[in-house]
Amino acid sequence: MTPQQKATLQKLGPFIALLIVSVGLSVMSPDFLTVGNLMNVLRQVSINALIAFGMTLVILLGGIDLSVGSILAVSSVLTAMLMKAGCDPLLATLIGIAIGALMGSINGLVIAKGKVAPFIATLGMMTVLRGLSLVFSNGSPITGFHSDFFSLLGGGYIAGLMPIPVVWTLLMFGVFWFVLKKTVFGRHVYATGGNAEAARLSGVKTDRMQIGVYTLSGTMAAMAGVVLTSRLNSAQPTAGAGYELDAIAAVVLGGTSLTGGRGWIFGTLVGALLIGVLNNGLNLMGVSSFYQQVIKGVVILLAVLLDRAGKK
Amino acid sequence: MQITMRGISKAFGPVRVLEGVDFTLAAGEIHALMGENGAGKSTLMKILCGVYQADAGTLTIDGAPVTIRNTTDAEALGIAIIHQELNLIPQLSVMENLFLGREPQRLGIVDSRRMRAEASEWLALVGAGQIDPAAEAGSLSIGQQQLVEIAKALSLNAQVLIMDEPTAALTEREIETLFAIMADLKNRGVAIVYVSHRMEEIFAVCDRISVLRDGRFAGERVIAQTGFDEIVRLMVGREIGDRFPRRAAQPGALRLQVRELADDGNIAGISFEVRAGEVLGVAGLMGAGRSEILKTLFGVNRKTHGDIVLDGVALQASNPAAAIAAGIGFVTEDRKSQGLVLGMSVRENATLVHLDEYASAGIVNSRAERAAVNQLIADLHIRTRDAELDVKSLSGGNQQKVVFAKWLAQPPKVLLLDEPTRGVDVGGKAEIYHIINRLAAAGTAIVMVSSELPEVLAMSDRILVMHQGRQAGVFDAATATQESIMTAATGGN
Ligand SMILES: Nc1ncnc2c1ncn2[C@@H]1O[C@H](COP(=O)(O)OP(=O)(O)OP(=O)(O)O)[C@@H](O)[C@H]1O
Ligand SMILES: [Mg+2]
Repeated sequence: MTPQQKATLQKLGPFIALLIVSVGLSVMSPDFLTVGNLMNVLRQVSINALIAFGMTLVILLGGIDLSVGSILAVSSVLTAMLMKAGCDPLLATLIGIAIGALMGSINGLVIAKGKVAPFIATLGMMTVLRGLSLVFSNGSPITGFHSDFFSLLGGGYIAGLMPIPVVWTLLMFGVFWFVLKKTVFGRHVYATGGNAEAARLSGVKTDRMQIGVYTLSGTMAAMAGVVLTSRLNSAQPTAGAGYELDAIAAVVLGGTSLTGGRGWIFGTLVGALLIGVLNNGLNLMGVSSFYQQVIKGVVILLAVLLDRAGKK
Repeated sequence: MQITMRGISKAFGPVRVLEGVDFTLAAGEIHALMGENGAGKSTLMKILCGVYQADAGTLTIDGAPVTIRNTTDAEALGIAIIHQELNLIPQLSVMENLFLGREPQRLGIVDSRRMRAEASEWLALVGAGQIDPAAEAGSLSIGQQQLVEIAKALSLNAQVLIMDEPTAALTEREIETLFAIMADLKNRGVAIVYVSHRMEEIFAVCDRISVLRDGRFAGERVIAQTGFDEIVRLMVGREIGDRFPRRAAQPGALRLQVRELADDGNIAGISFEVRAGEVLGVAGLMGAGRSEILKTLFGVNRKTHGDIVLDGVALQASNPAAAIAAGIGFVTEDRKSQGLVLGMSVRENATLVHLDEYASAGIVNSRAERAAVNQLIADLHIRTRDAELDVKSLSGGNQQKVVFAKWLAQPPKVLLLDEPTRGVDVGGKAEIYHIINRLAAAGTAIVMVSSELPEVLAMSDRILVMHQGRQAGVFDAATATQESIMTAATGGN
């Protein structure tokens, strides 16, 4: 086996794990391998996948974004409030997403210009925004807005079968794949994450990279917020709590290195699917939610350990 | 102690790096190990000190077969190595690095006072007494880090000392100190392996030489009975022609003018001019501020005083991106931390600076990029199986060529070179000199910092000599000598 072949096999590790888990579940639970259930899984995965795409760029850059769950909540609350106040649903949606972008760019500015460690900067943002979404919503869910258009964004189906959030996910997957693989920006993400000093001395504007990437992460979190709000037809100020951890898990399961510079978006998609399939399968088999957490945690640790072992 | 390695072979995956290499080393000798970049010198030495395991071959010490499974085994046998790539932990202090894993202790607690005192002694021995043992290793210049590595290896009191290009980042003064230490060790019966691409050094200190070519043993000679040409023939299997190719280009218009340049306390009062097609050499001792001039020109260090004029226009570059946009290129000194993204491929590194050249609307045209990279690999004779390999798997000298390649896609108006041939073999050096000449002929103004005086003398038109952050003079290379430059560099007249 040449090193390249080995590297490819290595990269496909998460995909193989997903196949094994899926085959196992279809044997153990007859309900798993039905079109309806699979679509259900995909729909559930889409929120985490959207957030995790943005998180992939952040982690490739050697950073971390803990504020995504709170960004999701704040833009969800604001979008709902706008619509309730009579704002056009499309406009409200766009404003909600723009707010996510804005919050992300503040993260980026604090990290790049203020030289604050990403963990701390986004931890602060996470707390502030969680507080603000409680303030704005007065601590209770916002309901009672209705728009057919808005309901479609997260709750609709194409051809009565394919959930629209899945379409968003595939679309964004394509966009992120292209950006990382084919654009100068993507190359600069890898370079900055791999060696920020060398990148800067090669003319990469590393400050701008940080700001850009955290902005993207905030945007994706807000987009996930729109999908969630639309599906639930309500905005919860407590929504998205802990989503940052699911997103990070998906990224790491997909083989992206937490030290930056190495990883790919396909891995993240697979990582998110793996988490989603596990959740679904364990539910179908009636495993208690307490044990579900234990099993999920063990799977994540095992997958990452296997990944490390393979790299040696 | 007599070390005999026989039939050593080693492959990394499908790449056969060493094939049946023999190597012998005797107590009280300084044994040169030479070969082109990628010939396998570092790999052979890493096998001897337990970093790698040989796939085949035997090792005997004083006639008794020995196996070295890891670095602990090697240390127990009294074998120490100064690695080619610097390995200090940047966040730790100099003394913590020196005594890593064997800190002097009292009642189980690190005895920092003793550690500090002993560190000072070892540093003073290698002529680096000015380094504060408590300083963060990462804050040292690369030459100083090299001295710390040397002090660390010496402090192990080894019977066999392997030095893998220890002088690559040192200037004359430290090298002289090092040679004196080596002579002393030799008299005390220590066996020294000396890997270097600097021919002058080999003839100055070594007793015997072994040469590797393409991972095979190419021959062993007694230094007193061989010469430059024979060694080169053993190394490359052919003549390399001129060691320092001449440049025909006539200096053109004034390109770069620097007046009274100063930064935050490292350099002050620097004034010089470079014309298109001209090479200005910069010489001086370690810490004299040579690299700082380049860093200030490139916008890495803050300029506090003075003017930089490029093609008649005042240059205000406060960051590297702006300097690059203005037409300045910078081949940095430390390829590992500043020059390369080690986890990226040769291709991705080579195009990092000028990726826009192969992109439209921000989208990279892979075909154009690949073609350009293959051209660069061919032009610079970069030895790599293919452009998609991680740059870190290349030999040191080939990595250096990749750093060079980054700037060649778009010939800059001014190219700043900081130790451009550090760790590059004779053939590779000649190739880099050809590239420098080609760039000069095309009108690039070149400022070259180098610690290798023969290189500075042969390649420059004029030489700026630095002494303690000030300029000690600008000499015409045609009339300057090693002595006149060293005198100026040490503050004499
Ligand atoms: N860990 C590794 N994995 C794969 N290939 C390697 C590895 N280490 C070295 N090589 C390859 O082995 C060959 C010999 O490398 P080595 O570092 O021993 O050369 P060298 O003679 O020390 O060269 P230089 O003068 O440039 O330091 C090179 O082609 C290099 O690319
Ligand atoms: Mg080497």
